[in-house]
Amino acid sequence: MTRIFATLAAFFLFTLPAFAGFDETINQLTAPIASAVGSFVFFKIPVFGAQLPLVVLWLVIGALFFTFYMGFVNISGFKHAIQLVRGDYADPNSPGEVSHFQALATAVSGTVGIGNIGGVAVAVTIGGAGATFWLIVAGFLGMSTKFVECTLGVKYRSENPDGSVSGGPMYYMRKGFEERGMGGFGKFMGTFYAIGIFIGALGIGNMFQSNQAYVQLNTVAGGALDGLGWLVGLILAAVVFAVIVGGIKSIARVTEKIVPFMAIFYCVFAIIVILMNFTSIPAAIGNIFAGAFTGAGVQGGAIGALIIGFQRAVFSNEAGIGSASIAHAAVRTPEPVTEGYVSLLEPFIDTIVICTITALVIGTSQVADPNFAGDATGVAMTSAAFERQISWFPLPLAFGALLFAFSTMISWSYYGLKGWTYLFGEGQMGQTIYKLIFCAFVAIGCMVQLGPILDISDALVFLICVPNILGLYFLAPIVKREMLNYKAKLASGEIKRYDH
Amino acid sequence: MSNSVLVAVDGSEGGERALRYASERAKLGGAKLVVTYVIEWSPYSFNTPEENAERHMRREQEIERATSGVVEPAAAILAKEGIEHETVVRHGQPAATLIELAEKHGVQQIVIGRRGQSGIKNLLFGSVAGNLVQTSPVPVVVVP
Repeated sequence: MTRIFATLAAFFLFTLPAFAGFDETINQLTAPIASAVGSFVFFKIPVFGAQLPLVVLWLVIGALFFTFYMGFVNISGFKHAIQLVRGDYADPNSPGEVSHFQALATAVSGTVGIGNIGGVAVAVTIGGAGATFWLIVAGFLGMSTKFVECTLGVKYRSENPDGSVSGGPMYYMRKGFEERGMGGFGKFMGTFYAIGIFIGALGIGNMFQSNQAYVQLNTVAGGALDGLGWLVGLILAAVVFAVIVGGIKSIARVTEKIVPFMAIFYCVFAIIVILMNFTSIPAAIGNIFAGAFTGAGVQGGAIGALIIGFQRAVFSNEAGIGSASIAHAAVRTPEPVTEGYVSLLEPFIDTIVICTITALVIGTSQVADPNFAGDATGVAMTSAAFERQISWFPLPLAFGALLFAFSTMISWSYYGLKGWTYLFGEGQMGQTIYKLIFCAFVAIGCMVQLGPILDISDALVFLICVPNILGLYFLAPIVKREMLNYKAKLASGEIKRYDH
Repeated sequence: MSNSVLVAVDGSEGGERALRYASERAKLGGAKLVVTYVIEWSPYSFNTPEENAERHMRREQEIERATSGVVEPAAAILAKEGIEHETVVRHGQPAATLIELAEKHGVQQIVIGRRGQSGIKNLLFGSVAGNLVQTSPVPVVVVP
């Protein structure tokens, strides 16, 4: 990490020489760091000819365990989750608090990002069509992980003296382990996680987002922005700066309000494109299933496809990362487990619905014309798939990508900040330092190639999963007890359903 | 059933007119007034994580502001004039919440001030009084 900060320092020292080679310089500086970090975190073990990164295994086993341990809450709790979001169980006598719907919408805005557009393309490029299948499986299992972490996020949140709340894995680890008589270990884990999230926020929730937003803008501009990543980066960084440091909240508020509609707009047009490719639909779906179990043409075969699918799914829906529990902790409810139920809808919306739709857009285009995107990957590939049928779509897609990226960056700046304040306290000075670092990385993200960005982002994300899931194993019995108590109260009618 | 009237206030001039009208009628007819302040809020809005984290604190501030700034002064006037009354401060969608409260308190009438907003604003946001007149189970008096 010190080398990344050294790069950052160097970046400011050179004070932005305005020549086209500047992006190149940054790229050359960061690429070796990225691959070093990547190979360290992604320590791989060979499995049937595929390279299985240990952290991916860690996530899969975690998600599987929570799915079984919670009795397939991802299926059994689905209907109840929708009732909760609809407000069926909201106490009509205490309106005005954060509703289940609001908590879900905020968390979904944070997770629906470039990963849903560009990340899926990356998965399909590397893992073949079969990766889509495993992506969906990962989304399905991830619902259980989210259930566990968000329940804990609400149960163990902290109220600050000013009346605002702070929650998330660092808090549930510290307090949860303390309850189990492992206070020292809990403190260590909380700190470990807080460091992970505040550094990790610079990858998945920052550089990856700004990078892909720039790529899509450049695609639309027909390459006119080549080598101008630093400029786009600075502009983006300036807007983020205005919001998180300058306190111009209205920008963030407007974005939060537009993003859900952009997501619906995106899905509607994606479905239109899929329908326009209707002759390719059966073959595309066939490829997904065939690829999932044979892994034809994929390095590492079916296992290779599985690994890529899982990796990209986590990157998109954040299950196991613990970030959503920071967002969900804002809800005041006497039953923390209700927030768990609500949160299991996130991987469903994010991965099972939106990612699958994107995958089908790409998949059907591939069937119709295997070479439709040329060398393009990431968001540019998705854009090309849309362009085949709707020539003007890359433009709104660029706008949407920019907004998705922006809202995800705003959410993650908050997640990272919570990690930071957990470590260094709520002091204003420290918070500003963190926010400045965050803005600098927004700019850097636009100057570096996708490959190294993915390496660093992936590495950092999984760095957060390790402490989080380890903590979840220990604390899962608490969640299970809460869930059973809650179910009993529902059955006995102690928790009432209100007709609105 | 006792004779009671719900009067909606919101710190605006329209709300004041509604209160004045209702208190004059209450004095003549001996009715009880339910002075209601609905703080506009929807459970289905989209917020930033920060807004959510501060929501509880903001809610209390909103209630405090409505109570001490509008509802309590109104209650003080009513008390001085010897009019029986109670006060309610609630979050919610204005028209629907007023109706809900009207039913809960079993009032015979709702009195609300006219806001007098322009046509385009009405078109975009609708009017509380307009919605109320359309959906209220009890007679509504809109005070101009």
